[in-house]
Amino acid sequence: MKDPAILIEDLWKVYTKNDEDIDVEDQDLITSFDESDEAVVAVRGVSLKVEPGEVFVVMGLSGSGKSTLIRCILRLIDPTAGKVFVSGENVTAMNMKELTEFRRHQTAMVFQHYGLLPHRTVLENVGFGLKIQGVPEKEMIERSKVSLEKVGLSGWENYYPNSLSGGMRQRVGIARAIVMDSPILLMDEPFSGLDPLIRREMQDELIRLQEEMQKTIFFVTHDLDEAMRLGDKMAVMKNGQIVQQGEPSDILSHPADDYVARFVQDKRKQLKMADERAKLEVVSDNTGNDPSTKGAITNVS
Amino acid sequence: MFPDALEFHVAEYVNNGINWLLHAYAPTFDSISAGISFVLMSIQGGLSSVPWWGYILLVATLAWVVSKRISTVLILVAMLMLIGMFGLWQLAIDTLAVIITAVILSLIFGIPLGILMAEVDLAKSIMKPILDGMQTMPSFVYLIPAMMFFGLGKVPAVFATLIYSMPPVIRLTDLGLRQVPKSTQEAALAYGCTKWQLLKEVRVPLAMPNIMAGINQTTMMALAMVVVCSMIGARGLGQEVLLSINRIDVGHGFESGFSIVILAIVIDRITQGFARRWDPNKR
Repeated sequence: MKDPAILIEDLWKVYTKNDEDIDVEDQDLITSFDESDEAVVAVRGVSLKVEPGEVFVVMGLSGSGKSTLIRCILRLIDPTAGKVFVSGENVTAMNMKELTEFRRHQTAMVFQHYGLLPHRTVLENVGFGLKIQGVPEKEMIERSKVSLEKVGLSGWENYYPNSLSGGMRQRVGIARAIVMDSPILLMDEPFSGLDPLIRREMQDELIRLQEEMQKTIFFVTHDLDEAMRLGDKMAVMKNGQIVQQGEPSDILSHPADDYVARFVQDKRKQLKMADERAKLEVVSDNTGNDPSTKGAITNVS
Repeated sequence: MFPDALEFHVAEYVNNGINWLLHAYAPTFDSISAGISFVLMSIQGGLSSVPWWGYILLVATLAWVVSKRISTVLILVAMLMLIGMFGLWQLAIDTLAVIITAVILSLIFGIPLGILMAEVDLAKSIMKPILDGMQTMPSFVYLIPAMMFFGLGKVPAVFATLIYSMPPVIRLTDLGLRQVPKSTQEAALAYGCTKWQLLKEVRVPLAMPNIMAGINQTTMMALAMVVVCSMIGARGLGQEVLLSINRIDVGHGFESGFSIVILAIVIDRITQGFARRWDPNKR
């Protein structure tokens, strides 16, 4: 059997003032943290599994621990307890050297605030990951150009990031990630800083790219619409825990608790209205909703 | 009156200590002295071999590159000419040699120290009070150990100037490195940067505006120290000022003093211009 692309087992992250070791099994201790402000429990006992080629979306409001979770996968943040396996390799047990190699070849990440280097051109930014691996310059330039073309930024190679709009900067961010040819793409709220029209455009772009690439994508967002559009699987996070995971349509039709129910309420209403309108107009094709959510519509109404 | 009974002197211990150092480490001081002297003489030789109009051309070109304004070029060139017209050209070159030597040595030691300070918190907590002390200490005080270790002349002048002018570049290197946004560093790390690559490819380039500001301030401090160094026999513009004070020759004092100001302005404009060009956020 093939290893899951990402496997997270009982992962905890506790932020304390002086980084001491915390026994997360100690329930009383965790409760005392929650009641005081001496420590913050950002991720508490998260377990999840992402299959290769899947788009897995983690949704939650700010402060739900989703950004911490995604950073634990490549150990930009070291988890307090628990294990992370990527393609069967135990990331949590790696030393610094192994970790560097792992980050260079297994994952690529897209950030909400782009994280581009202002002193390098668009082309150099895209090629940054290749450069630090020691890929020859000629190959780096070629591959970066191909990658820029994929995101529709041909001709912008020699501009500096600061002269680009937010949407274009994030395209550079995506180009930088896909040029790496790594099997796993980590995306931390990549479209949250963009205005709604551009956001939608970028989501379409990502769907199109994903059809081409068939990568494993771990996607974090606070936007339900985005989660529904992009996700094959979805997990809802609240207060550091996963409250429900499954297929987006299932979550929409069978929310596990009040919290998720409140979350999906508006979306259900919206879909219901769209559904009724569609009935009235006798238009069979409901544009803008992918097939998986259509299944949900019948469930709702 | 402060009671006599409480009088207690450390001067003797300091003297003994310094004497002991001088005896015990005489070869060390000699080789440091020879090293500084060699750098200084090479720079002095290089500077002297350039004809006066070479400097005018150089300043004109640099001023044009950094400002793109003809008025700036003309003003800076006219000011430089003024030094020559006062008959102080050679002395200005002497002064420049001391400054350049001191600044180069300051950067060689200062930038790595600044990086160390930014990387290691312990280094920061040790160095911060030392730097505070160095900057609040009156500059004359540096002359004493400089003179003791290296005698009279330009070598102790370089040494004293070096010590006096190093703090800004250390501080600003540290500040610049610490100000690099965490999100940018995180992105670089996510793509598999080693610590060294992070420093070389991301942190130092992004800290460059601050480091350049540090270099500029260090140069200005060095210039200010040069006048003081004339007291231990460093030939140059400072010595002319000192002589004028002793002779109460206000006119000559004005000429040499103004020449120092001119040097300061020219160097400041040009280094600041380059600092701006380094700023990645202004591209």
